[in-house]
Amino acid sequence: MKETKVDITKSIDTCGEVCPMNMVRTKFTLKEMAAGEVLEVILDEGEPVRNVSRSTKEEGHRIIGVV
Amino acid sequence: MKQHLPHQAYILNHRTLNIRTMSERQIDYDSLKTGGFMRQRQKDLFAFRLRIVGGRVEADQLRALADAAEEYGDGHIHLTTRQGIEVPFVHLDNVQSIRNDLEKVNLHKGTCGSRIRGLMACQGDTVCPRGLVDSQDIAQKLDEKYFAMGVPHKFKISVTGCPASCAKPQENDFGIIGGVDPKWLEDLCTGCSLCQEICRKDAIVVEDGVVTFEREKCDFCGDCISSCPTDAWVIDKTGFTLLIGGKVGRFPQLGVNFAELVSETEMFEILDKTIQFFNENAHKSERVGDTVNRLGMETFKKAVL
Repeated sequence: MKETKVDITKSIDTCGEVCPMNMVRTKFTLKEMAAGEVLEVILDEGEPVRNVSRSTKEEGHRIIGVV
Repeated sequence: MKQHLPHQAYILNHRTLNIRTMSERQIDYDSLKTGGFMRQRQKDLFAFRLRIVGGRVEADQLRALADAAEEYGDGHIHLTTRQGIEVPFVHLDNVQSIRNDLEKVNLHKGTCGSRIRGLMACQGDTVCPRGLVDSQDIAQKLDEKYFAMGVPHKFKISVTGCPASCAKPQENDFGIIGGVDPKWLEDLCTGCSLCQEICRKDAIVVEDGVVTFEREKCDFCGDCISSCPTDAWVIDKTGFTLLIGGKVGRFPQLGVNFAELVSETEMFEILDKTIQFFNENAHKSERVGDTVNRLGMETFKKAVL
């Protein structure tokens, strides 16, 4: 992928967490953050990547990139 | 054709229960003949099956059901394997009364025997985040058009909103699966490869920012569209994938995919032709899957597509 330079405001690691906890934690963390700030979320592969990316997008957040 | 089967079942009930000894006015012959009252092993008792569409029951209907179960049954209801509801332990004398009571809340008599059975459906795109079509609406339309229609053998239809197939379309004689055809917009793509990561069918390969989509592998689930960070995947077409011949029971087999992403109008036309094909070709007590097995998928497709 193309390299994107972004300043990460906050980072959370949801590996090993059961759905929908990974989504809930991502959502609550985003709620405490200001507009324009960047959250890095580390997810297990498979279902969590699929669900969390879809849900955050539906709630109006912008996914900057996937690494 | 072959509508004599339910009638035979009724004659059997008639003899078993010896209802000749009862007064004629107490017995709702029409209710018994057209199905919906399932004979129990206990003499003179029936389970009253209701016409439920896609598992949807309103709150006032639930209250009326609770009252009916207490008044005419033994105080419980039975949830069937196909999202239906039955009130067991209804005495022959109360067949008309329970019908009348439940009609008031728009709960109608169900069906059984050689007919098109109650419609199954998932919640679809009005509730489920994954849903691609309004399964409930489609099921409602199908119910209005086909419910309890006489056919050579039982015929079950299920509508599911996406390939996750929660409403088990593969286990029904005619299965309907909502789907979307994805289209990739190169200008919006950042080459992040999330779509490759999430695609369960390995239909997407991203190499050096270039996306290759192998449509023949795609099952039209729309995950690439819903998760793409930059909306570089969009819906090209929404439609229905159709399955024929699924059943469980003693000789189970999964329904076979025979049409991909047809429109709603086309789906209804194909179902009409499928029913016609079934009426014209079925042997006695043969499910449509067995008719298709016997005559061949190509013959079936030629007849309905």
